[in-house]
Amino acid sequence: MEVPILKQGPYLIASIQSAVADKDLVQLRDALVEKVGKFRARGVIVDVTVLDVMDSFATRILRDLAHMIRLRGAETVIVGIQPEVAFSMVQLGLSLEGVGTALDLEEGLAFLDQTGQSLG
Amino acid sequence: MADTLSASPPTRPASGSVPEKTGSGREVASIKIASDADIVTARPEGRVMGAELGFTGVALTIIATAISELARNIVLYAKQGEITLSKIENGHRPGIGVISRDQGPGIPDVAEAMRDGYSTSGGLGVGLPGVKRLMDEFDIASTVGGGTTVSIKKWKR
Repeated sequence: MEVPILKQGPYLIASIQSAVADKDLVQLRDALVEKVGKFRARGVIVDVTVLDVMDSFATRILRDLAHMIRLRGAETVIVGIQPEVAFSMVQLGLSLEGVGTALDLEEGLAFLDQTGQSLG
Repeated sequence: MADTLSASPPTRPASGSVPEKTGSGREVASIKIASDADIVTARPEGRVMGAELGFTGVALTIIATAISELARNIVLYAKQGEITLSKIENGHRPGIGVISRDQGPGIPDVAEAMRDGYSTSGGLGVGLPGVKRLMDEFDIASTVGGGTTVSIKKWKR
């Protein structure tokens, strides 16, 4: 299932709606990297609240996505990683090193506002 | 379910008489793994069986994550295989057993593959040590050209 991408002010928001197959995540990554230029976005929020599993593939795609978006001149924040998911990720040895994270959408927006100011 | 591997998996119930279905909850569930979509299908099966066994919260997520990684290894290295979930018991302690079987190329050096940070797929996956850390028990049997069987267990606390 394709992940919808919304534009809000200078930001793009992608809210994952259900368990996603690998190809959907890859498609989301590619779409965001492209749309960040098309909409001249300053930041990207990826909401993973509904994901009940973040395995090695999902983690790698999200990390790649954030690094690619940064190369395009915008900042990414991953929001909504659930406590059980965080626990499992750490046990498994996964990390989102170098990627912004925030508790929820609201905190994610605040994170991007702050990042924009400090860069600006 | 036909077992076409020559080596019998180390942790199957010895009785071999586990019924496919009993009442509402299945004792054994087999999921064919042949594509990335099957990985997504396999995860909730583990959650459902885990919940039936009384696992909650973090434990259910851990079970689903371990299944996801094993299924991913099948797709990545062997193209196709099977994940079998079963309800197991150790004395009075219930648990879930997950067996991943494939007839892929096999692992030439299992000890090497169990070392943290080892990967032959260019950084894909976290490998088997991560899965081992998630679970209570971990067994692996692999023969080059014959395939790989990984058996993991989680006991209810």
